[in-house]
Amino acid sequence: MSIALTGIREINGPLLILDGVSSVGYDEMVRLDLADGSRRLGRVVQLEGSRCVIQVFEGTSGLSLSNISARFLGRPMELALSPELLGRTFNGAGQPIDGLGPLYAKKKADINGMPINPVSRVYPKNYIHTGVSSIDGLITLIRGQKLPIFSGSGMQHNKLAAQIVRQANIGEKGESFGIVFAAIGVKHDVADYFRRSFEESGIMEHTVMFLNLSNDPIIERILTPRCALTAAEYLAFEHGMHILVLMTDITAYCEALREFSSSKGEIPGRKGYPGYLYSDLASLYERAGMIQGREGSVTQIPILTMPNDDITHPIPDLTGYITEGQIVLDRSLDQKGIYPPASVLPSLSRLMKDGIGEGYTRADHSGVSNQLFAAYAYVQDARALASVIGAEDLTATDQKYLKFGDAFERQFLSQQFDENRSIEQTLDLGWRLLSMLPREELSRVDDELLEQYYVHEDSGETAESEAAAGGDAR
Amino acid sequence: MDDLKVFSVNGPVVTVLNAPELQMMELVYVGNKRLVGEVIATSREKTTIQVYEETTGLTPGEAVRGTGAPLSAQLGPGIVSNIFDGIERPLRELARQSGAFISVTAGAGAGSLDGAKLWDVKITAREGESFSEGQIYATCQETQLIEHRMMVPPGISGRISYAAPSGSYRVNDVVVRLELADGSLKDLTLCQNWPIRTPRPVRGQIPISMPLITGQRVVDSVFPIAKGGTAAVPGGFGTGKTLTQHQLAKWCDADIIVYVGCGERGNEMTQVLEEFSELEDPKSGRPLMERTILIANTSNMPVAAREASIYTGVTLAEYFRDMGYHVAIMADSTSRWAEALREISGRLEEMPADEGFPAYLSSRISQFYERAGMVATMNEKEASISIIGAVSPQGADFSEPVTQNTKRFVRCFWALDKALAYVRHYPAINWMDSYSEYAEELADWYKRNVGPEFLTYRQELMSILNEENKLMEIVKLIGSDVLPDDQKLIIEIAKLVRTGFLQQNAYHAEDAYVPLAKQLKMMEIILYLYKSVKTAIAGTAEDQRSNLALSEIMETGIFYEIAKIKYETPNDRPELFDGYKQRIDHVLEITKKGNAGNEHSFNGNP
Repeated sequence: MSIALTGIREINGPLLILDGVSSVGYDEMVRLDLADGSRRLGRVVQLEGSRCVIQVFEGTSGLSLSNISARFLGRPMELALSPELLGRTFNGAGQPIDGLGPLYAKKKADINGMPINPVSRVYPKNYIHTGVSSIDGLITLIRGQKLPIFSGSGMQHNKLAAQIVRQANIGEKGESFGIVFAAIGVKHDVADYFRRSFEESGIMEHTVMFLNLSNDPIIERILTPRCALTAAEYLAFEHGMHILVLMTDITAYCEALREFSSSKGEIPGRKGYPGYLYSDLASLYERAGMIQGREGSVTQIPILTMPNDDITHPIPDLTGYITEGQIVLDRSLDQKGIYPPASVLPSLSRLMKDGIGEGYTRADHSGVSNQLFAAYAYVQDARALASVIGAEDLTATDQKYLKFGDAFERQFLSQQFDENRSIEQTLDLGWRLLSMLPREELSRVDDELLEQYYVHEDSGETAESEAAAGGDAR
Repeated sequence: MDDLKVFSVNGPVVTVLNAPELQMMELVYVGNKRLVGEVIATSREKTTIQVYEETTGLTPGEAVRGTGAPLSAQLGPGIVSNIFDGIERPLRELARQSGAFISVTAGAGAGSLDGAKLWDVKITAREGESFSEGQIYATCQETQLIEHRMMVPPGISGRISYAAPSGSYRVNDVVVRLELADGSLKDLTLCQNWPIRTPRPVRGQIPISMPLITGQRVVDSVFPIAKGGTAAVPGGFGTGKTLTQHQLAKWCDADIIVYVGCGERGNEMTQVLEEFSELEDPKSGRPLMERTILIANTSNMPVAAREASIYTGVTLAEYFRDMGYHVAIMADSTSRWAEALREISGRLEEMPADEGFPAYLSSRISQFYERAGMVATMNEKEASISIIGAVSPQGADFSEPVTQNTKRFVRCFWALDKALAYVRHYPAINWMDSYSEYAEELADWYKRNVGPEFLTYRQELMSILNEENKLMEIVKLIGSDVLPDDQKLIIEIAKLVRTGFLQQNAYHAEDAYVPLAKQLKMMEIILYLYKSVKTAIAGTAEDQRSNLALSEIMETGIFYEIAKIKYETPNDRPELFDGYKQRIDHVLEITKKGNAGNEHSFNGNP
C-alpha cells in the first residue's frame, strides 16, 4: 500500500514526526517528495497511535512543515539484487552511482536480513591464506569468520586490508569469489585508494562497492553495512560464491547510530552510545558464516579506528565480544617502521584452533604459534626489566629473549606490501626465531616437533647470541 | 478480549490502551502474525508488552490476544539433546520449516516438543493409588543416558482413577487420570507446563556437601565449586570465557548440562552442537549431546527472547532436578542478559541506575542465582542445580555493575586474566583474584574421598604462589639475579606450578580431563621437588659446603621434566608417579656427586 500524506507536525534532527497516519507498519519505508521535485527516503522508527516518527536518511535540512509530502511504501527497506551487482558501485542506501543505470533486479531483500539459525550453520574450518606472516601464523583467518582490524587514526589498516584482499585465496581454485566493500563515512581518498587497489589486482569485476563518504548523509551510514551484507549474503548463499566483506570504518557507523539515538531522545548507555549498541553491532557481525547445504561463505573484515587508541572504548570493546577475534594494530610498532604493525599479544583468532594443523596448514602450526605467543609475551617482561636495570644486568636467558623479540618484530611481523609468504615460509621463520632461545625454554612444543624443527647452534644467528650471552655472564 | 489493539510500537516494546484484563507476565499474541509477547507493565490506561520477535511491519490497530497464562515452558520427553531458542522453540524444527534463516512467521506453529514422536513409556502408577505432587507415575528412556521421569505437577495430588498400560505414547496422550480431593479429574500426559519466571517448588534446601568435579586442575584443586553451587566466570573478550564454559560442560560430573548461549555468537552454538555430538561421555561412552540441552539465543536474535532465555534454561534445569538429577547450567553470558534488561528498560523510559542499567538489575541477578542449590525434591530425592555464569565486563573492568552485582551472589569467582590469555595460559583463571567459598565446606569430602593430604597440598601450593607474587614485585624492579637461592627456588617452583599444574591443555588427550587422583599426585610431586631442592640448597648446619646451587639443579632439566608430567603420565596409571620421586632423588644425588668432584666451580650466588 502506498499512501501520500502531508500533515508534518515536527522536525527534529534527522527525525520527522507525522500526525494522523494509519495502517503504517513499524520499520516501513517512507518516500518524501519535496516541493522542488527532489526525493528523500526515510524509515518508520516509532509508532504511537496515529503519530509516527520517521528517520530521514539524507538528513532534514531544507525540509519544512509545508513543503513535503510523505508516501509510505508498505515495505521495509529493500535492496535490489542480481548477480550483476558485481563490478558495480552504489551509494550508502544502495542506489547505483556509477552512471551505469539501475540494476535489473532478480529479487529484492529486506536489508535487515534475518538471523541464521544456529542449527543450520556450518562451523567454519577452512583456512584462508593471506600471505601475511603475523596473520597466517598467529591470527589465522578462517573462511566464514568475522575478524576485525582494530586500528587507530593514521595507522596502516587500509594498506593491510588491501594486501589481504590482493593475496588472500578467498575461493579455492575453480570456486568463484567476490569482494563486497562498504565505505562508511570515510574520506573520498580512502575509498579511492581501495578502488585503485582492487583495479590494480584485477579484481574490480568481482567487487561490489557501497560508498557512504564522509560528506554523505550521516543517517545513511546506518544503511550502508546492511546493504553491503545483504548483497554479500545473496551472492554467497544463492550464487555459491565465497565473499569477503570489508567494512570501514565501523567507528563512523557507531557515531551515526549515537547521533540518531540521541535525537530520538533515548536513554544513553556508556559514552552516550545507545544501550542497544551491542545488539545493533551483532546484527551486522553475525551476518558472517557458512550454511549447511549452501556452497558459499561470508567472511567479514570490519575495520575500526579506536578513539584515542583505547581498546576499552565501547566500540572496540563490544565488537571484540561479538567477533571471532581481532587483529590489533599498535602505534609503537608503527612508529618503529614495522609494517604491518600487528600487535600479536592482544590479537586473537578464535576459530584458528580448528582450522590449522595437519590437513589444513602443517602439524606444527599450533605448537609454533603458542610458543611464539608465550615467548614474545615474556619479551615484554624482559624489556620492562631491562628498562629499569639495564640490558647488561639481565640474565643470559633474558638477554636471548631481548634478541629474539627484536628479531621477531623485524623479521616475522615486518614484511613488504607485495610480499606473499607461504605458510611453510612463515612457520619455518617461526622456528628459526624460536631457535634463538634455549631449547628448555620451549615448553609449549612437543619434544618430537622440537627434534624435527629446532635449529641447533651451528646456525650463525644462534651462535652469535650465545657468544653475547656468554660474554655477559662473567 | 477481541477488541484489544496495538497502540504504539517501539522496537520490541508494544503498548495497548485500555486493557485492564491483561495480567502482569501474561503471554499474549500480538498482531496478525501472532508474535509472542509478554505483559511487563500495566496501568489503567496503558499496558506494555515486550515482544519476543521482530516487530517489523507491525501496525497500530492490529489485534492483541491474551492467553490468560504466563509465559511457560513445555516440559516433557524430547528436551534432552535438543536445541531451543530463548522461549523454547525447537530450532531444528524451525530450520526444517523455514530454512536456514529464522523468519518471524516460522515459530507460530511449532510446539516446543515433537508432538508426533512416540515414546516407549513404562507406566508405574496403578489405579487406586494415591499420588502427590512430584511423585513419578511413568518413565521412559529419553536418551541412552537419561531416563525421563514423569512427575505429578506441583500443587496437585489425588487418587488415580485411570492408568494406561505401558506402551508407546505421544507427549500429549493422557496416560494417567487423577481424581483430586474436590472430586474433579485431572488428566496427566507425558508433559506439563511451568511458568519460566517462577521457581519450581522443592521439599527443602539441604547443605552443600560434594564438589562438582570438572577435571580441571585449577577448579577442582584450587577453586572448587560444589554441586548446587554458583560460580561466575568474568573476563574481557579473548580471555577464554566460552572455552572455559565448554570445558566444564564437557567434563563436569553433572547428570545433565543445560548450556544457555545468551546473546553470544552463532558459530559457538554450532560448535557446541557439532562437538558434543562427536565427543563421548567418559563414563558411558555415549555422545555428550545425550545429556546436554542447548538454549541458543544468539546476539542477533530478538533481544526480549534473550532476556527470557536464562529463565527458560533454569526452568528446564529445575524440571530435571525434580526427577533427581544433578544439573549444571552454563549461562554464557549473563552480561548479555543484563544488557537485554537495560535495552528493554530504556525503551520503557525507566529511570536508569548505574551505567544505564535498571535499578532492579541486582535483584534480578540474585533471583536467578538463587534458583541454584542442593535440595530435597518433592519426591524425596537429593538433587542439585549448579549455575556457572559467564560475565563479560565492559572494557574488562571488573568494577562495572554486572560483575559487581554478580560477585555479591555467587560464592565462587573465577577471574579470567588478559595477561594470562596473552601468554596462552589457559584456563586463564587468575589465582590471585579468584576465590571459592566452597573450599571449606568441601574439606570433609576431599579428606574422605581423595586423601587427607589433599587440602594441605592445596594450601602449600597457594602459599608458594602467594610468595611468588610478592617476590615478583622485587624482581620487576631489580631482576631475579640478585635474589638468594631460596627465593629463586620459590620463583622457579611457582613457575612450575603455573605451567605444569594450573595451565591445562584442552586439546591434549591426556590433559583435557584429569581425575582427582592424578591431580593429587601431581601436587605431591611438585611439592616433593620443592622440599628436596630446598633441603639440597640449604645444606646442613655443620657442613655448609655440602649444599648445591640452584643453578646447578636447574641445569639438570629436572624442573622441565616435572613440568611435562601432565602429558607423560596417562590418567589411568597414577602408579607411574612414584618413579618421579626416585628420579628427583637420583638427579639431586648425581648433582651432589658431580659437585663434590669439582668443588672449585662452586661459588654460591653468581
